[in-house]
Amino acid sequence: MPTVNSSYPIVAASSVPLVAIEDLRVEFAADTGTVTAVDGLSLSIARGETLALVGESGSGKSVTALALLRLLPQPNGKLTGGRIRFAGVDLGALSEAAMRRVRGVEIGMIFQEPMTSLNPVLSIGAQIAERLRVHAGLGRRAAAARAVDLLDRVRIPEPARRAVSFPHQLSGGMRQRVMIAIALACGPKLLIADEPTTALDVTIQAQILELLRQLQAEFGMAILFITHDLGVVAELADRVVVMYAGRAVEEAPVQPLFAAPRMPYTQALLRSIPRVDRAAGARGRLVAIRGNMPDARDLPAGCSFHPRCAAAQAACVATIPRYEEIAPGHRVRCRRWREFTGDAALGEDFGVTSGASAGAG
Amino acid sequence: MTIAGEAKPLLDVRHLHQVFPAARGSFGGSAQTIKAVNDVSLTIKPGEVVGLVGESGSGKTTLGRSILRLIEPTSGSVRFDGVDILRLPAREMRGLRKDMQIVFQDPYASLNPRMTVAAILGQALNLHGLAPGAQREPRIVDLLQRVGLSAAQMRRYPHEFSGGQRQRIAIARALAVRPRLLVADEPVSALDVSIQAQVLNLLQDLQRELGLALLFIAHDLGVVEYLSDRVIVLYLGRIMEVARTQDLYANPRHPYTQALLAAIPQPDPTRRGRPAPLQGDQPSPLAPPSGCVFRTRCPIATAECAAVVPPLERHAPDHYKACIRI
Repeated sequence: MPTVNSSYPIVAASSVPLVAIEDLRVEFAADTGTVTAVDGLSLSIARGETLALVGESGSGKSVTALALLRLLPQPNGKLTGGRIRFAGVDLGALSEAAMRRVRGVEIGMIFQEPMTSLNPVLSIGAQIAERLRVHAGLGRRAAAARAVDLLDRVRIPEPARRAVSFPHQLSGGMRQRVMIAIALACGPKLLIADEPTTALDVTIQAQILELLRQLQAEFGMAILFITHDLGVVAELADRVVVMYAGRAVEEAPVQPLFAAPRMPYTQALLRSIPRVDRAAGARGRLVAIRGNMPDARDLPAGCSFHPRCAAAQAACVATIPRYEEIAPGHRVRCRRWREFTGDAALGEDFGVTSGASAGAG
Repeated sequence: MTIAGEAKPLLDVRHLHQVFPAARGSFGGSAQTIKAVNDVSLTIKPGEVVGLVGESGSGKTTLGRSILRLIEPTSGSVRFDGVDILRLPAREMRGLRKDMQIVFQDPYASLNPRMTVAAILGQALNLHGLAPGAQREPRIVDLLQRVGLSAAQMRRYPHEFSGGQRQRIAIARALAVRPRLLVADEPVSALDVSIQAQVLNLLQDLQRELGLALLFIAHDLGVVEYLSDRVIVLYLGRIMEVARTQDLYANPRHPYTQALLAAIPQPDPTRRGRPAPLQGDQPSPLAPPSGCVFRTRCPIATAECAAVVPPLERHAPDHYKACIRI
């Protein structure tokens, strides 16, 4: 990695989480009033850790990442509460110049559609080199050589020849590799990946997930992985935060989250995924979650999930459930979590027909 | 190759080709063509659900549209209920269209934003002179209820509905004319995960209730398995494998089908870390490989694979594969 002469004060203490978000609140001005996109979110990411932020549209997962980068859409998006610290430093207190440095050096970003993030009239080698010259202070030759090296690190064949290619000459998978090369150019401590494989074919997605795993082992960065796909989460995450309608509703290390989810929403999401890894014939009807995603302008009272939850009671409507820690590192926002202990119990609890239980697993 | 079946097929597609012209090279090179669909034959029986799976560029959407003559196939035949529809004059084709309907992927683009739901469904009925006069409104109400919407919603406009609800409206429109064949082109890909299962369940219910033949097009083998009686796997315009659904998932024979299945990330962290099943990218459809189109990514390809186009051969009852290596 190039040595970075950082004017940015980094606290080295390993006890400090790399990212600490406390009680984050993000609002958007809309013609009908104010919409709360993120409501009291707290999470942390340790150095080298992969945290998956999971949710459907409107959950607030992407807005959280934009808030972290201080890139909320202006003038409508506004951080109205909470604090985000990166390596111990309050990002809200940084000057815009210092923040640019954080985005260029400390945090790398990749998004769903690499074509819209890449400059169409600049060769990919030049785009990587630009990052290195601006943020790592490398000279022209050194940056160009390092760009080829980075293309090699993201497993692009014939990197020297490819460096002069333009984005439109590359496949979607190759373009995402280029984005990863740019994101990792200055050796960031955090990579934010917002649905990076959603637009890719499944065989290419598998390649990119494998690459991210390998690069994390080589570069040692933490990853904030934003996705709607629990399959992808299971492939990559160390810990998982599930969001629904702007709030965290469940958080756990990856194994217990999949083995013993306690929030009805997490359970229902898992059961609504068609599984090809079950024995043939062991599959039944998909268990759909009834209703629609709530309208952010008009969120349900109490637990936002209650109109769609088969286990909802009057109390669920009355108050927003506490975010309870039910085991070390496992938090749930559901007043009835004690009653939902596993896959088998779920069908009965939720009044779902037995044909729906997702089979052998 | 026709896939033999007991019942007479409702749809019988033979040696279908769909060739598109591509832009000339920037230095006046010879005009290139894209063989989007390359010698595809398939049948669908009345009431049967056939899944059509492929990645981007496989030709699955083009195939769905060629079959309905929304684009004119380059060559081959498409028989619907015994009639070769590619030879039908436009007037007769219009009459037949009510038997063959389609639901598109993007419910935000496929519904006219300036028409109410009642008008959208009414237009479909009008086109084919169905449910005139006083029968109109009850028929629309019935359609809405069948797809899980309410009569009260018929005066609303598409923007007042969520993506899942819009897809329900698109399904109601397709079913308004009582088709016998429905082509559903990635009908849940644009929807949230929690909504996908609702729409899949709805399609399954309606298909069974109405005895519809369904060609279900998807890029996702998981979604296809759940709905289909048989599955066709497509790669670069050619069929790689066809089998009964359970058989295909339990015993995938073609290396491409095996890779597609292995590539699906499963919500099970204990199985993580498997290497990606395929290296490299799909070749450009402008310059597909000679012989077997999959050979450049195939783990078991030999020199012979470059020489011959593998025929789609019967491997087991109702199980066909296009591979000379297995």
